[in-house]
Amino acid sequence: MKVPAPLVRLWHRLGSPRWFFETSAPWLPWLLGLGVVFLGAGAFWGLALAPADYLQGNSFRIIYVHVPAAILAQSCYMLMGTCGVVLLVWRMKLADMVLEAAAPIGASFTALALVTGAVWGKPTWGTWWTWDARVTSMLILLFLYLGIIGLRQALARPEAAGRACAILAIVGLVNIPIIKYSVDWWLTLHQPSTFKLTEKPAMPPSMWIPLLLSVLGFYALFVWSVLQSTRVVVLERERRTTWVQNFVAEQGSKA
Amino acid sequence: MNFESFSAFLAMGGHGPYVWSCYGLTLAVLLFNGLAPGRRKRRFLREQGARQRRQEQPQEQA
Repeated sequence: MKVPAPLVRLWHRLGSPRWFFETSAPWLPWLLGLGVVFLGAGAFWGLALAPADYLQGNSFRIIYVHVPAAILAQSCYMLMGTCGVVLLVWRMKLADMVLEAAAPIGASFTALALVTGAVWGKPTWGTWWTWDARVTSMLILLFLYLGIIGLRQALARPEAAGRACAILAIVGLVNIPIIKYSVDWWLTLHQPSTFKLTEKPAMPPSMWIPLLLSVLGFYALFVWSVLQSTRVVVLERERRTTWVQNFVAEQGSKA
Repeated sequence: MNFESFSAFLAMGGHGPYVWSCYGLTLAVLLFNGLAPGRRKRRFLREQGARQRRQEQPQEQA
């Protein structure tokens, strides 16, 4: 199999944290703008325009923040698992930097999905918490994130910490299909997925289009946050290089 | 518009506290994730700037 030349070039450039730092800068305002527009539209449509659910009433409007948070929690983990593989196989420094930057963001989305789920559960299931398969596997995801964050802080040598985090991130990938199929494998209170690749959503368009908008908005804001955070990690870890020292001096003279 | 008045919109048919607390929390999480790197970057620039200035003038400290 032959990999197209532009992809090979991109791959080699990703080996350079400096290239990443310089290339990612112009994307930031666009990602923020897209995220605000999409999430703003999705939230307004979902809160004010979409019809109330015939069973759950207006509490179902929590779906427009709960589902995107849960999707991003898993996407972020898959990104980290991928970074773990790239770090272990190709020793790419940038992968370890993304792994460090993405962990707290993924943890925050997982916690958000759990808390909004609990708040939604109270009026619909009659309880804040239940040891349901989907809820429990998401709680395990939160512990995986916290474990990766803690591991990095506990190990003094950065290379050893990076490798340990990569291994934990890869092992934890097992949990992702468990989360996905938990609603099919076990008897559960949690409703099945709203979006499936092979079927039309069970909701009317006036309910699922705002959900799609807010998922897209969440993705844009997630990438915005991860890029920003990775850029800071790049500066911190490359602080002994000439280009970072020049950048710092330049910023200092501007301030 | 699905609601008859702004107060009905806020009340969400009795589910207002549930719905609005979720949206408020979401906003807080998104803002925190977006603003935290900026704070960390400013701190890095301050500390690294001071380190570099110290290295440039070692004779003054001696």
